[in-house]
Amino acid sequence: MAEIDYSVLLLALLAGAIRVGTPFLFVSLGECLTEKGGRINLGLEGILVVGAMSGYAVAYLTDSAWLGVLAAGCAGGALGAFHGVICSLPRVNDIAFGIALILLGTGLAFFFGKAFIQPQAPSLPSIELGAWSDDARVRSALSVNVLFFIGVALTLLMHWGLRATRWGLVLRLVGDHAQSARALGYRPALVRTLATAGGGFLAGVGGAYLSLYYPGSWNEGLSSGQGLMAVALVIFARWQPLNCLWAALLFGASGAVGPALQAVGISSGYYLFAAMPYALTLLVMYLSCRPNQTLSGAPGELSLNR
Amino acid sequence: MPILNRRSFIKAAGVLGASAALPVNLARAADKPVTVGFIYVGAKDDFGYNQAHAEAAAIIKGLPNVTVIEEENVPETVAVQRSMEAMIRQDGAQLIFPTSFGYFDPHVIKVARKYPEVRFAHCGGLWQKGVHPDNAGSFFGYIDEGQYLNGVVAGHMSKSKKLGFVAAKPIPQVLRNLNAFTLGARSVDPEITTTVIFTGDWSLPVKEAEAANSLIDQGCDVLTCHVDGPKVLVETAEKRGVMTCGYHASQAALAPKGYLTGAEWNWETPYRAHVMALQSGAPMNNFMRGGLKEGFVKTSPYGPAVSDAAKAAADAVKASMLKCEFSIFTGPIRNNAGEVMVAEGTVLTQTDVVLERMDYLVEGVRGQI
Repeated sequence: MAEIDYSVLLLALLAGAIRVGTPFLFVSLGECLTEKGGRINLGLEGILVVGAMSGYAVAYLTDSAWLGVLAAGCAGGALGAFHGVICSLPRVNDIAFGIALILLGTGLAFFFGKAFIQPQAPSLPSIELGAWSDDARVRSALSVNVLFFIGVALTLLMHWGLRATRWGLVLRLVGDHAQSARALGYRPALVRTLATAGGGFLAGVGGAYLSLYYPGSWNEGLSSGQGLMAVALVIFARWQPLNCLWAALLFGASGAVGPALQAVGISSGYYLFAAMPYALTLLVMYLSCRPNQTLSGAPGELSLNR
Repeated sequence: MPILNRRSFIKAAGVLGASAALPVNLARAADKPVTVGFIYVGAKDDFGYNQAHAEAAAIIKGLPNVTVIEEENVPETVAVQRSMEAMIRQDGAQLIFPTSFGYFDPHVIKVARKYPEVRFAHCGGLWQKGVHPDNAGSFFGYIDEGQYLNGVVAGHMSKSKKLGFVAAKPIPQVLRNLNAFTLGARSVDPEITTTVIFTGDWSLPVKEAEAANSLIDQGCDVLTCHVDGPKVLVETAEKRGVMTCGYHASQAALAPKGYLTGAEWNWETPYRAHVMALQSGAPMNNFMRGGLKEGFVKTSPYGPAVSDAAKAAADAVKASMLKCEFSIFTGPIRNNAGEVMVAEGTVLTQTDVVLERMDYLVEGVRGQI
């Protein structure tokens, strides 16, 4: 076997973490926002697929990738608001409705997306951070999409906003103790609906990243469970936006490790590497949810906790 | 009762006269209307496996007296049994093409036993006389011939002498393609290696893009694949300025610069044979196999990047394949651990079932099963 080039491997993992991790980042930020308000929206998987489809369709029809991103966000926001409104009705279980929303979202996206499998839409621009290098590999690894930077900025904004602004405090109050919020004159149902709609918007943008940048085309197998993994990732990140960023990068790298290792010649046990993101999810669940340990940082109103 | 007017009388007489003028069996064939059902596992415009089937189905749709019904995104579960029964009972389908490998056992077999008057022509399965019902059958193409030609062209065009292959799962059909591609390339230059990446499933776009990028980072300058939809791989390679060979259908439109050639299915041939047999009432051909010569597979036209030397070399091999003078798996063939798999002097012809059980990677493939 040929000698193994570790620098190439590390570069591939770094590039993969950013490329594969960006949609995780958006979806997990969206879910973080929703769960901070005390609701769980499992439907983000469906919203991700709708976002990918509508983003691609609008980008193709208008010839502008950014309009596509906007459309994807709006479609995601609309579905998120739908989830928020329905779950505000008495005795509606948000988890059950989330699962329904996965099915609805993927069904809608497959139905309307039929016509857009073939055509090629414009793709989102990226920023060439590696222009200084002569090595094509470095240049390609450091060509980072604009949406990733927007995601990082959003992470910082949310991190600050949740602890230092009135809106953030209201959201956290509603999520931790709805009765107190009601006593203070806030309307938990409205706050939660807005938070779910906002979360849907972000998940839709995450979908647009998939179809408009990486891998960069719309087809029906595009998501393959990434939306659901991002939901698990929020628990891993302990409902902290900053942790969401690290977790998203980690999950991105774990998705990239299988192909990267095989490319450099480490090819035994690639099924194990392919299963790594899922194994990681299980491990995180085990570590954070043992019976003698409560979920620290979990919003008190989550139906998981009640 | 309507009165027979002059116009309809003339029309009827004309039709009678025309059919009398035709040879008897042809007239009968064209007169018998049939309904044919196609079932796809994915979207029928996926630039891949399903598109190859759907393109051929569109040709069948144009045949006289043939009604085509189609259903896509049918999973390889009991759902396909329901689809087939719906086609038979509601649309009166007399011939069904369930096109995905996993449909055969147990689904096609079960429904075929229940409806003995309907024909089931499955793509990819191994129909066996006596074991499986007589109204079912399987057809498949030797697309490794196309992959060998891909390899010859890739071998000529590669500058780094490193090729990349993105594969879904290590099953015999995939390994046969990978090995044929590598043997083709090494027939040009024995220094060439192919790095293989298994993604683990038939359609994982993010993994496929990641695999393509990793291969390109490793210096591979011609990529090909065996996954359901090569679109992602071809687009990723084109973006990074690397050449590709296609698979399943033509992806030339996705990579106007880097697309070299491709191994494509030509399902029209077996489809047409089955429909003709049904219309003429001939018994069903239960086991159909074929390659370039039989018209079951074809190659994409050469892309603009392909050099004249590469074209000439590939055309020469293709010509001898068409004359049945060429065998891809001619001994000695070693696996990539150095053991002899096909002994010197042994020539495996395409119909040899040993090839349908392939479980090794030939010398020159970097990777493990």
